[in-house]
Amino acid sequence: MSETFLEIRDLYKSYGGIAATDHVSLDVRRGELHAVIGPNGAGKTTLIAQLAGEVPPDGGQVILDGEDITRVPAHRRSHMGLARSFQITSLMLHMTVIDNVALAIQSHTGHSYRFWRDARKDTDLTEPALAALAHVGLADRAGEVADTLSHGEHRQLEIAMALATEPTLMLLDEPMAGMGTEEAARMVETLKALKGTKTMLLIEHDMDAVFALADRITVLVYGKVIATGSPDEIRTDEAVRRAYLGDETAGAA
Amino acid sequence: MDWALLVTQILNGLQLGILLFLLAAGLTLIFGIMDFVNLAHGSLYMMGAFFCATFTELTDSFILGVLLGLPATALLGLAVEVTVARYLYTRDHLDQVLATFGLILCFDAGVQYLWGPAGLAVPLPGWLRGQVSLGEIVIPSYRVMIVVVGLAVAVGLWWLVNNTKMGMLIRAGASNRTMVSALGVDIAKLFAGLFGLGAVLAGLAGMMIAPITEATIGMGNQIIIVAFVVIIIGGIGSVKGAFVAAMLVGLIDTMGRSFLDTFMKLLMSDQNAETAAPAISAMTIYILMAAILAVRPQGLFPPKGR
Amino acid sequence: MDIFSVRTWGVRGWTTLIGLLILVAVPSYASANDAVFIQDLFNRLMILGIAAVSLNLILGYGGMISFGHAAYLGIGAYCVGIPAYYDVEPGWQHFGLAIIASAAYALVTGAICLRTKGVYFIMITMAFSQMVFFAFVSIEEYGGDDGLVIYFRSVFPDPFDLEDAATLYYVTWGFLVASLFVVHRIVRSRFGMVIEGSKDNERRMQSIGYDTYTYRLVCYVISGVICGIAGALLGNFTTFISPDMLNWTRSGELIFMVVLGGSGTLFGPVMGAAAFVLIEEALSGFTIYWQFWFGLMLIGVVLFARGGIDGLLRSAFGLLGRRPGGSR
Repeated sequence: MSETFLEIRDLYKSYGGIAATDHVSLDVRRGELHAVIGPNGAGKTTLIAQLAGEVPPDGGQVILDGEDITRVPAHRRSHMGLARSFQITSLMLHMTVIDNVALAIQSHTGHSYRFWRDARKDTDLTEPALAALAHVGLADRAGEVADTLSHGEHRQLEIAMALATEPTLMLLDEPMAGMGTEEAARMVETLKALKGTKTMLLIEHDMDAVFALADRITVLVYGKVIATGSPDEIRTDEAVRRAYLGDETAGAA
Repeated sequence: MDWALLVTQILNGLQLGILLFLLAAGLTLIFGIMDFVNLAHGSLYMMGAFFCATFTELTDSFILGVLLGLPATALLGLAVEVTVARYLYTRDHLDQVLATFGLILCFDAGVQYLWGPAGLAVPLPGWLRGQVSLGEIVIPSYRVMIVVVGLAVAVGLWWLVNNTKMGMLIRAGASNRTMVSALGVDIAKLFAGLFGLGAVLAGLAGMMIAPITEATIGMGNQIIIVAFVVIIIGGIGSVKGAFVAAMLVGLIDTMGRSFLDTFMKLLMSDQNAETAAPAISAMTIYILMAAILAVRPQGLFPPKGR
Repeated sequence: MDIFSVRTWGVRGWTTLIGLLILVAVPSYASANDAVFIQDLFNRLMILGIAAVSLNLILGYGGMISFGHAAYLGIGAYCVGIPAYYDVEPGWQHFGLAIIASAAYALVTGAICLRTKGVYFIMITMAFSQMVFFAFVSIEEYGGDDGLVIYFRSVFPDPFDLEDAATLYYVTWGFLVASLFVVHRIVRSRFGMVIEGSKDNERRMQSIGYDTYTYRLVCYVISGVICGIAGALLGNFTTFISPDMLNWTRSGELIFMVVLGGSGTLFGPVMGAAAFVLIEEALSGFTIYWQFWFGLMLIGVVLFARGGIDGLLRSAFGLLGRRPGGSR
């Protein structure tokens, strides 16, 4: 069995002549947490969109565990073990917290062409949903409408939903976006606990979190990969310093 | 091959296309820039016809009837904008559709109250009732004038959109509404102006068709759907798209109605062709719309940035 | 709310029950007071109520704003009219045809429409229903513009003799109750959750693995079939079938009923249909220009009372505004 779990091969996507993803190649090893960092406009979200199946690439391939998923639609990728959390909170805000997670579970427990039974009474859905919520500390908010949660709780719910689909690969798009220090630290702990069991591709701006969590880091600038390596290698890489970390040599630790 | 019939029908198709363009242009601008769906646009078409009919009767001149009817329709459009439309810009499209649907009911009933249930005829002056000959083909002069006026308006609109400040705002707004307001443009005035412009265009269409079909209650209600088909095909927010799509729809609809049964008789029995052809020709423009959407869901010429 | 547990019934549950009881009592009241026109009025009301309930499934719960739903009423009615024209009597053939035709139309148009969103969706559903309208207008054989008169109603074995007005009324009431029950179950089921989630955030639903397009299409077909049955009832009721039933303005009236009653609620559409029909009846008694006041009322509801009757009732009973599915 190959060590490479996710392979991105020469991926290319352009919008109106500007390459958002400029022949990107990188690989994510089984069980590792691979972070992708880069300045704003580097094309990180476009990359995730292509990996998730929301946006078709103009060229290149995405290979998951040996299988070419480049043209597979988003909803089917979820059933191949891929889960994603969104940079800007994307939840079913008019439904309850537990509804949100239950839907994620429902999607992976049989089909949903069932018209008779009350889904909210189905313990096959509610029990795992509550467990997932407990995992992120939201069990006591289960019955509340998702709209009423705080921003940090929304981010936790995003993770709970991603976990509920029992993925093998998680694409995390800035999970710590907009979080205060305490909430961010909590999120780091949550992610740390997942290391080893889940393969993760993490996009983040929070450098403390990145260096605390990442096994390897890839740096993306203007849609191109300029470096890939261990945190130490990246921290000391000249090209990276120039392009991204800039004068933060003292702070980057 | 009956050339006279072919030429007449092509002309009729162009004429329908011109009318649809006048309707669709206002609709697509208002929708493209203000994100406002106005079902009552067809009612403004109707009001244009009735204003023209009344002024023609009062002044005994069709030309004066049109010249007076245009500002009247513009004012009516502004009145609608100020009292109802502007409160709906921030609402979702369903609310806009429902409220403007309510306006249609009000207009239809109002017209019945003011002008009675029967339609109003609009007599043409002598010099427009004649005919023009192209070789052996004879065409009513009025229809030629409709096409000429319509093309003139189209050119005028093109000039407006490409060479004036308002036109620049229109083009900018079609691509990016928030930017336009962030640039400090008085959005309220721009929107009111646009609404008025749309009303004038719709009213003009109504006035031009009225001498042929009479001004009747509810005359806008069926054609408004065709106008929406036109802007969907053309690309919402694009005047050029509205023009191309309007011509396409006008020609296909007219030619379909005239020639489809002949064409179908080549494929099946006369009797079957005669039963099926009217139904199918009525459906052609919708089939065209579905086909275009299947290939290009954003329409033929969507404004850039959408 | 759990139907089988009265404790969980709120304002909505009781309103539904009371409403249904009032409706079922109408024939007795009408015959006692020699007022057949009331029975006719309420019969029409119930048919439109079924149509509105079916529309609400996709509109209120599913967020699919179909401005072409009247097409199903027309299709269902013609599925009674055309066989009757050829002296085909059996009711099960009429209704069976109505179900098949509605399902087919919903499948084909839905497959196209559901690839679009927002206002495009609204306009395309409108355009398709106009297409069917013109198609029927053009077919001279079945009356064209003038419509089709039928001389007998769908024939069913005794005791369901639809020629008897009261029987037709009770059969319609039965379908109303059945459609309410079916929608109630669907909305709470797994399928309903997917539909509700897709209305809320389709992108998210896809990312957790739902083929939202197909689920919505199935919902669209279910809704069309229910409305097609209402159309078959309408054809039986009026015995006069006209393309005007398919006019896009009729679809507008249906949406108005849903919004007037309160969209996204079970019985709301029925209340909306009731309010629509009764107000129309009352207003047209006062003035021939009733459409004007009706139009103003519609504008007023949209601007000021968007939650409809359901919304007004709930604020009257002091409850917080919660959409269905928002409570546990």
